[in-house]
Formats: sequence, C-alpha cells, structure tokens
Amino acid sequence: MDRLLLIAATLCFLASFGYTLYALGAGRFTPGRVNFVAILTGFFFQTGFLYLRGQAEGSCPLNTLFDVLIFQSWALVLIYLLVGPTYRLSLLGAFTAPLAFFLILIALIAPINSAPVRRVVTSPWIELHAAFSIIAYGAFGLAGIAGVMYLVQERQLKNHKASPLLYNLPPINDLAVANHRLVWLGFGLLTFGFAAGFASSMPVNTTKFWASSSLWLIYGALLVLARLRSLAPRRLAVLSIGVFGLAMVALPGIQYLSSRP
Amino acid sequence: MNILCAGLNHQNAPVEIREKFAIGGSDLGETLAAVRTIDGLSGAVILSTCNRVEFYASSVCPVRAFDGLKELLHERTGYDAPLYFHDTPRSVRHLFRVASGLDSMVLGETEILGQVKKAYSSAAELGATTTHLNKLFQHAFRVAKHVRTETQITRGATSVGSVAVELAGKIFGDLTGRRIMILGAGDTSERTARSLVSRGVKTVIVSNRTFDRAARLAEEIGGLAIHFDHWQNAFSDVDILICSTAAPHPIITAEKLQPLLRERGGRPLFVIDLAVPRDVEPSVNELEGVFLYDIDSLEGIVRQSLDIRRGDLVRCEQMITDHVGAFVSWLRRHHEISR
Repeated sequence: MDRLLLIAATLCFLASFGYTLYALGAGRFTPGRVNFVAILTGFFFQTGFLYLRGQAEGSCPLNTLFDVLIFQSWALVLIYLLVGPTYRLSLLGAFTAPLAFFLILIALIAPINSAPVRRVVTSPWIELHAAFSIIAYGAFGLAGIAGVMYLVQERQLKNHKASPLLYNLPPINDLAVANHRLVWLGFGLLTFGFAAGFASSMPVNTTKFWASSSLWLIYGALLVLARLRSLAPRRLAVLSIGVFGLAMVALPGIQYLSSRP
Repeated sequence: MNILCAGLNHQNAPVEIREKFAIGGSDLGETLAAVRTIDGLSGAVILSTCNRVEFYASSVCPVRAFDGLKELLHERTGYDAPLYFHDTPRSVRHLFRVASGLDSMVLGETEILGQVKKAYSSAAELGATTTHLNKLFQHAFRVAKHVRTETQITRGATSVGSVAVELAGKIFGDLTGRRIMILGAGDTSERTARSLVSRGVKTVIVSNRTFDRAARLAEEIGGLAIHFDHWQNAFSDVDILICSTAAPHPIITAEKLQPLLRERGGRPLFVIDLAVPRDVEPSVNELEGVFLYDIDSLEGIVRQSLDIRRGDLVRCEQMITDHVGAFVSWLRRHHEISR
C-alpha cells in the first residue's frame, strides 16, 4: 500500500512536469491550475506514504537514505504549497514538480535499502531536529528554483527576447525577493532544527556536525552579505543554486555518517 | 434567415473615404432607424470605428437588403460606398474575426472587442436587434474570449511605449511608486514617460540641456526639473532612465554608471535609450542588474510580438471555423423550428 502511494505521487509529479514540457513545446507556457492540482494530489499521496512509513518505523520516517530522499521531496512540495501562492509564483510549481519527481525517482531506483527501519523515539527533540532540518532544505531547494527562474528571466531581459517565457515568468524583482526570503526561511528552519538537536542532548557525530554547520554558515554568510548589500540579487541566485546543489550532494554523506554510531 | 454583413474598412478604403461614411454616436439612432426601413431587413447593428464602418443585419433576402443599404448610404453622403458584402456563413466568420482582433490593423488588438460590445449594446438599447443578431453577437463575444485565452494572439506589446511599460512590469512587477528620470526632453521620451506614469510610476525627474524645456515638460507631466549637469546627483533613487538627448556621443558609459550603481543596493535599473545616435554605450547592458533597451531592440520586440501573434493565426482561424460551424448549425435548427 505505501509503495503504491509513493508511485501515485511520482506519477502526479511526472504529470505536472509532462504538462509543463507539453505547454512549452506548444509555445503556451501558462501552467496554473493543472500543475497546482497535480502537485497537490501528489503531495497528499506523499503525505499518506510518510504517515504509513512513520507508523512502520515507529518514529519520524528519516531513518534511511531512502526515507530522507522522500522526506526531502515532500518538504520541497510543502514549502512550495505554502510559499508559492503567497508570492503568486504559480510558475514555481512548474519547476518544483520535476525536482520532487527526480528525488523520488532516485529513491525508488537507486540501489539503497528501502525497507523500513524501526527506531525507538528517545526524545521528541530528535524528531524535531531531523524533520526541521530536512524541511529547511525544502526551502533552500525552492530558493534554488527561484534562483534558476531569476537567471532565466534575466537572460530573456538581457537578450531582448519577447519569448513566451519572458511573459510568463514573474518579474525579475519579485524573483529576487522570493529567492532572498526563501533563503531566510530555510536558514530560520535550519537554525531551529539545530537548536532542537542541541536540546535533545543526542550524541554528536563530529563529521556530520561540521558538514551541517558548514552549510548553515554558508547560508548565514549569504544572508549577511545580502544584508550588507555586498551580494547582488544575481549572485545570490547563483549561490543559492550552487549551495543547494552542494547540499544535495552532501546529503547522502551526512545521512551515512548519521547512521553510524 | 440570413446574416448579412456589409461595410468598408482599412483594407479596402483609405481614411478619406472611411471618414465620409463614419457614423457618430449622435447619428446612430437615426441611421439605425433608416437602415431598418430597408426592404427585407429585420434588425441591424452598426459598428463604426476609426478603421471600419460595418453593418450587421438579419435578413430574409440579403442581396436586396444590400442594394437597399447602398442606396441609403448614397442618399446620406452623396458618395458610392465601396462596400464589401458577406452572406452567411462568411458574414458570421467576419464578425468573429473582427471581434477577436484578427481583422484589425494591428493584429490581435483588443480595443475592437469593446467597440463591438458597445455597438451591439447601443443597437439593443434602441430595439434594433433580433433574436438572430442577439445570438450572433453573444457568440462573437465568447469566440473573442476563447481565442484570447487559448492563443497568443494578444501576446506582447505592439508600440514602443507599450513595450517599455511591459518590460518595466517584467523587471519591477508593480510600478507604483517607481521613479523615472528623463534625460533629454524629446517627444518619444515624453510619450514613453506618460505611458509609464499611467501605470502608477510616481516621480518623474526631467533633465535637459535647455532647462526651460525640462521645466515645461516636468510641469506637464507632474515631475521635477533639474539642471543637466546635476542629473547624477538624483540618480541613486531612479528605477527607470529614459534617454533621448541630441548628443553626438554616448553620455552614459559603463565606466560612468558603475560607481552610481553601487549606491543603489542591487536594485534593478531599466535604461531606455531612444536617442539616435545612442546616448548609452551598449556595454552598459552587461552590468549586473541593468537592462538596456535602445530604439532598435524596442522595435525588435514589437516585431517579435507581432511574429508571435502571426504564428498563432492558423490556430485562431481554426477555432473560429469551429465556432462558425456551431453558430450556423444553431441558425439552421432555429429556422427549422420556426417553420
């Protein structure tokens, strides 16, 4: 049953992604309701899967790399559903769906253990630490997506192209604001995740600690530089894509380290 | 029952001819009443705009009604009108194309739909429409909406001023409270500034080598005039810079702009260079957060927008064909029931 829910979610995100490609091919880049409904449906299936997984594992389902990838994809969609409509960034969904889809796809086809691993909950702070840290990466992921949209729109404007993309992407200033705020949101969530980790008094894996702290420091530095006006919106966009990419590469390593005693 | 369409437009009659047959609002009631006395004609709608004068009527004998209409126009103006004539289904297709902006001088323009709506409501208020005309025009409004939402036919701006407004929207989003600086008080820069002011731009700073001219323009558009030598002092708050001086060499270079940009805190800057020779060095476009458009690039966007519109013409025509089929089927069914 849980596997079926996951496959249904994957198909929903694929449908949304496919619709975007079709609309692009037809020169009608106007995603909206179709993308949103497909993503929302996928999110419900994903939530159902994570609920059943949590029941099976007896804890927050973040015990294997398989779990982390699914949870990461869910967090990304969660932040999109919360933030996208607020900033009227409906097109963000068109970019979110493929990322959510590929994260689940990697989880499904990669040679990793997908069987539930039971864990006894010793402190609710540990669960909060894990959940908030991953949700923070959902916000960073969305910041990266807003960054990609910024660069695409900048290219359209700089090259003087009146393409359908120019008209359908949000104004570049709005994308810069969204990118900045999403980095802030992710940073806030990650800080809370870290605070919860410290509150839990759990044993700390040194490598994992420094890897996670480095990412926290990098995002913090980006925000400080942006605040001091030393980081132009374009650079923040590029760096938010780069750092999220780095985090995605580092995530399996961090997960591996955290699974070791 | 047939739908008749007769008229003249920008394609078959120059403005000197069109203006002779134009029907103003005050003449509409009288003209409609006269048209309805034509033998074989039961109802009529008159569409009179700067680009067309057209008569849509329901008639049992369209050819006779058309002859009557020609006679009437000759009596009223003293001229023979070079009228085209369409009978069902071509008349239906013509109205659907007109309402969708496919028959307009600027392909896909949307003003015509409002004019068609107004023509219809005026005729309906005067009791000049029939069931067939009511159904026809309601269907035409639906077709126009369908074509607009499903295709790119209204996509993009088609004049330099509207391109500037659209690009400003794509850079800043909401234009409310944005600031413009005009360097060189030319006609095109004034028109462009006015287009932007109509969209909510708040502050306009005008700077010209002749201060009096800057002051005059500033007063006209509710802005502020500054001496040309001092424009850099007021630059840090500006979002949109419009240049149209008569300087023989670029007055804004990347070198000159770079230190000024540092004071802006990464806010985007939209530079519109309308001058020939250009006022702004092309390399300014490579600066981070600066979007430079000269007259050629603005006109290039106008052309691209028209190309996008033309590219969707076949789809629009197909949609209209489907709608014409649906309307003609209704007309036949209605005719059979009435019999």
